[in-house]
Amino acid sequence: MSEISLVPEAADVPRNVSKVNLLSWISSVDHKQIGIMYIITAIVFLVVGGLEAMLIRLQLAQPNAQVLSPEAYNQIFTMHGTTMIFLMGMPMLIGFGNYLVPLMIGANDMAFPRLNALGLWLVVFGGLVLYYSFIAGGAPDAGWFSYTPLSEPPFSGTGVDYWAISIIVTGIGSIAAGINFIVTVLTMRAPGMTMRRLPLFAWMVFVNSFLIIFALAILNGALVMLEADRLLGARFFHPIVGGSPVLWQHIFWAFGHPEVYILVLPAFGMISEIIPVFSRKPIFGYPFVAASTVAIAFLSMGVWAHHMFAVGMGFGWDVFFGASSSLIAIPTGVKVFNWTATLWGGSLRFTTAMLFAMGFLVEFTIGGITGVQFALVPLDWATTDSYFVVAHFHYVLVGGTIFAVTAGFYYWFPKVTGRMMSERLGKWHFWVNLVGFNMTFFVQHILGLMGMPRRVYTYPDLPGWGLLNQISSIGGLITAVAWLIFIVNLVYSLRNGKPAGDNPWEAWTLEWATTSPPPHYNFDQLPPIRSRRPLWDVAHPENPDWKHDH
Amino acid sequence: MTEKHKLGMLFFLASEVAFFSMLILAYLYFIGAEANGPNAATALDPATTAIFTVALLASSFTLWRAQKSIEHGKQGGLRIWLLATIVLGAIFIGGQGWEWAGLIRDKVTISNSLFGTTFFTLTGFHGLHVISGLIVLLILFILALAGSLNQARAHALATVELYWHFVDVVWIVIFSLLYVWPHL
Repeated sequence: MSEISLVPEAADVPRNVSKVNLLSWISSVDHKQIGIMYIITAIVFLVVGGLEAMLIRLQLAQPNAQVLSPEAYNQIFTMHGTTMIFLMGMPMLIGFGNYLVPLMIGANDMAFPRLNALGLWLVVFGGLVLYYSFIAGGAPDAGWFSYTPLSEPPFSGTGVDYWAISIIVTGIGSIAAGINFIVTVLTMRAPGMTMRRLPLFAWMVFVNSFLIIFALAILNGALVMLEADRLLGARFFHPIVGGSPVLWQHIFWAFGHPEVYILVLPAFGMISEIIPVFSRKPIFGYPFVAASTVAIAFLSMGVWAHHMFAVGMGFGWDVFFGASSSLIAIPTGVKVFNWTATLWGGSLRFTTAMLFAMGFLVEFTIGGITGVQFALVPLDWATTDSYFVVAHFHYVLVGGTIFAVTAGFYYWFPKVTGRMMSERLGKWHFWVNLVGFNMTFFVQHILGLMGMPRRVYTYPDLPGWGLLNQISSIGGLITAVAWLIFIVNLVYSLRNGKPAGDNPWEAWTLEWATTSPPPHYNFDQLPPIRSRRPLWDVAHPENPDWKHDH
Repeated sequence: MTEKHKLGMLFFLASEVAFFSMLILAYLYFIGAEANGPNAATALDPATTAIFTVALLASSFTLWRAQKSIEHGKQGGLRIWLLATIVLGAIFIGGQGWEWAGLIRDKVTISNSLFGTTFFTLTGFHGLHVISGLIVLLILFILALAGSLNQARAHALATVELYWHFVDVVWIVIFSLLYVWPHL
């Protein structure tokens, strides 16, 4: 068996030698360009959201500080959370998915290229709508989950309207992307690329897309009701006229908890690609890694009320949601064990990508452990709305998602640009970031246990509070330096990086079977796909994977 | 190719199910929450709305006929059945507008009762979906008049057909819950 030619319609399309200009990007329907634009959008908002985090840490660096007014502080933490979740995290992961999934499955584009462009621009314009609120009478200030009645007219200004409309718009964009990923994986796979051979990143983007199309639609349901309250005087969440703030919490978290997995599943996928390549071993227990993703997705739909133990829902509800939330630790644990077992006995290469993947394993596990603590109702009551919560979810979303995405940057940058990132700067980035991140957030566990509430603009000079907050703020500054190194590395490597070649890491999935960067239609020819590691089979004809299994 | 478009529409509709579920859930959540004030049994008139419901259900049938016509290459039938679908859909929307006007005259509004809040939001978003469908059908009708909606593009009609049936099914759920159930 030699080479499989491409999907028929790709063959007769002329190779596009488009000029590199702004219009060709803005009007692009190419999944690679759209993916890059998603990622650039995410980086811009990462910088903006990061600066907001710096302001928060500046205000909290000392007790009784007055750097920000209470009103400004409320706006900044609301914008920080909203930006990082909806305008940084989701576009970043969707961007990587856009770039990589068609390449990984041997397709020439996504199933619906124009819908793809629509999704991107909805996210961009949604972001602009959110930030327009600053000049339109004040940013939203009710927190990223906008609890009612705080987010209702008497208590908050037009900022919340911009918040809601922005998220509706970006949400529709994300749903468009989700539909596109699902149909792409179902219908665009190259001959031989069965679901059992699908690279794990593509698997997780696929499963994740189901969460996106359901969870974001649930959120939009909540948001249109909130806007009916705010703009038309409806009564959904207004307790004075019979509405129910608890209904808002139920619907919001029915979205909000799947959202956490939306932000972390593709990151799991990246780790599942990177660890095997730098361990020189196939992933340990592929079916378990894929199936546990499905299990997490199912369970994540039934755990939302663990965000609401403090509401007083009653014993039955508490027990149910405590138990279901604890269950999530099982499939997640399966994954951590699979990654660890992949490392076991491998010949490890500690590139920057691998270092970040190792950082992910440790930091995400810490976040996972505190997560299980929150599933235990009495512990949740004791620590809810304290800095312990802040520490927990930053370990999950920064220590988990961001560490994995950063590993993904170092791993796939050569494919996207044709140049290697500087390993030297990369290693500085990793170690400075590791120190800064843990300094910032580890102490927040202690502050939370000492009783420091989140979302309050300042705090009294209690014993230890000033010192721990100072450590956290200095850690924040160190983290900022780490990300500066990253940006310098990106810009430097884009111009001066060593040429990468097609497959610099000797990886095995199809995105490495084409040139770096790939041509407009991705592949001239595909290698035969007879196992999960087609490029291994090509490199080792004497001992191909397909002889052993699948 | 057809498969791809239909699949895309089906997953979009799955997402829409989640959206409408929230609005329906909110309606159910507030049933009986107000001691006095309007409710589905006192404010709504099932008999009149049933007539408009029949119009919407019939439009699903006519659109199915339009799809059959395009598959068999009958341009004349396609145009007639498409037009019939649009007219029936418009009758439904007209009926809904008439019903809303009557309710507002009787002081049942989105802002003065929980029933009004949930009723107008739910039926309003359903109505918006019908109107969106009508716009798309109108585009298809114009294409059909221009002769460019042919067998090769039958998948476009088939995809819109899925959407239109879905909007119909959502209405059956709403009609059962709001108009029939209170009288059982």
